[in-house]
Amino acid sequence: MATAAPHHQAAGSPADAGTGLGEAAYQAVFDATVAADERIEPRDWMPDAYRATLVRQIAQHAHSEIIGMQPEANWITRAPSLRRKAILMAKVQDEAGHGLYLYSAAETLGTGRDELLDKLHSGRQKYSSIFNYPTLTWADVGAIGWLVDGAAITNQVPLCRCSYGPYARAMVRVCKEESFHQRQGYELLLALSRGTEAQHAMAQDAVDRWWWPSLMMFGPPDDESAHSAQSMEWKIKRHSNDELRRRFVDICVPQAASLGLTLPDPELRWNEERGHHDFGPIDWTEFKEVLKGNGPCNEQRITQRRRAHDEGAWVREAAAAHAAKHSTKATTHEGRAA
Amino acid sequence: MTQPAPVTQPAVTPPVTDTAAAVLALGDDALVLSHRLGEWAGHAPVLEEEVALANIALDLLGQARVLLGMAGDEDELAYLREERAFRNTQLVEQPNGDFAHTIARQLYFSTYHLLLHDRLARTDSELAPLAAKAVKEVAYHQDHAAQWTLRLGDGTEESHARMQRAVDALWRFTGELFAPVPGLPVDGAEIQERWTEQITDVLTRATLTVPTGPQTGAWSAGAGRQGVHTESFGRMLAEMQHLHRSHPGASW
Repeated sequence: MATAAPHHQAAGSPADAGTGLGEAAYQAVFDATVAADERIEPRDWMPDAYRATLVRQIAQHAHSEIIGMQPEANWITRAPSLRRKAILMAKVQDEAGHGLYLYSAAETLGTGRDELLDKLHSGRQKYSSIFNYPTLTWADVGAIGWLVDGAAITNQVPLCRCSYGPYARAMVRVCKEESFHQRQGYELLLALSRGTEAQHAMAQDAVDRWWWPSLMMFGPPDDESAHSAQSMEWKIKRHSNDELRRRFVDICVPQAASLGLTLPDPELRWNEERGHHDFGPIDWTEFKEVLKGNGPCNEQRITQRRRAHDEGAWVREAAAAHAAKHSTKATTHEGRAA
Repeated sequence: MTQPAPVTQPAVTPPVTDTAAAVLALGDDALVLSHRLGEWAGHAPVLEEEVALANIALDLLGQARVLLGMAGDEDELAYLREERAFRNTQLVEQPNGDFAHTIARQLYFSTYHLLLHDRLARTDSELAPLAAKAVKEVAYHQDHAAQWTLRLGDGTEESHARMQRAVDALWRFTGELFAPVPGLPVDGAEIQERWTEQITDVLTRATLTVPTGPQTGAWSAGAGRQGVHTESFGRMLAEMQHLHRSHPGASW
């Protein structure tokens, strides 16, 4: 998927600056690279708007991994069996790792992790709206795995072919782990669904609460999506929001049936003509409110993130001070101070 | 100290054989410390530490599952025993506190854990193969704790003060680590000697002062192996066990 050492690399590099190629020529090389489905790499020339879009999208993606640890970590200390506890801890650990890959990918575009975290903490950059919903029961952990990770994978698999190389390669690794999490979530719900009456009810309640927010993860409808057309032209995005949402619904309906659970949408039914499921209207007012910061957990999530960062400041300062004192032997640990 | 008769505990209490006692002691240490480290998820000072602390917690949980599995049903033992039936040391149940407290707890415990497993691996105990496997993980835990002790101790004025407070505060729980455990064919005195050397070395390099107070201070400190714990432990178990206990007989 992600191609290494693209042969166009030298064309737009600063080394060519003296050869008389103007902006238009650089743009032409960029356009041709994208058109040929090849990768743009960090040292290639790229339009400023392309760079800015990628920084915004990758940072938001990284932030989502980090904030997304909270609703699940909420259940680590209460997981009902040691096996489930181990699975959940490993998952939350993977999410921190995904955040790290993604911040690294964003850094190849000339920004820094500190700067991005600062933008997250001050509300200037967003994270996925789904993580502003609370995890109220153990079954929510399963619903997040099945539906939220399922939606994330539907969104992210096409990103493995995204035109920006470092992002595409990060997505290959992320998607492998995400699909594992998704299967674990499904399996958790299956155990509940086939368990006691109370467990089954817990699973159904979780699916009822997470279904619509999961559909919102694909973003606004195509005719209201501000960045879609340009992102598709740049091959950052490969499919429209509505197209991915349809695909997700088509995948989930049979899975819900085999789970023995229902989806909370009376209008959901197969449309023979379209070859897709029809489904009911999404409450876009709720979506906009959550995006604006008025969801159930927006305040709590960002406060916890800021607190972890602020309360950890003395630790990062200590690491930096130690590294400075022992710079010759401490080089391998300096990264922690960043 | 006499122990009240168990009421609703299906677990092995007290253990029927010496090996079962050893297995439970080691398993409970790993289980409880893993739980405490799990509380850090989403709260660590830097992303790399989210990964590292979760990684150590997972290693310990893996060890706990194997050990408790040898003593009975891992979930029954973890979720249905009450406070007085747990055999972990009081050190591992201590609340996380700030990052320095967590690191001091890790330093004290992982240094002991590594020495213990290293010795145990070279005995003919039935725990020897487990110990041999755990050594690799525990060596990483010990290195992580020692490196952070150096950074915090020899970092800024604030981190130095916090680290010193942490090593002082947890010192009184360290003596229990070396008390003999039936079924554990390891000489506690010998481990204690090596432990003291190693801790002294790390603390000294970290520009910290080695605590001098008693290693089992208050009357109860050092009785975790007998099921006498500190107050925060019951609350920790309440959180850990409540869901499992709310659905008797359910499988997850």
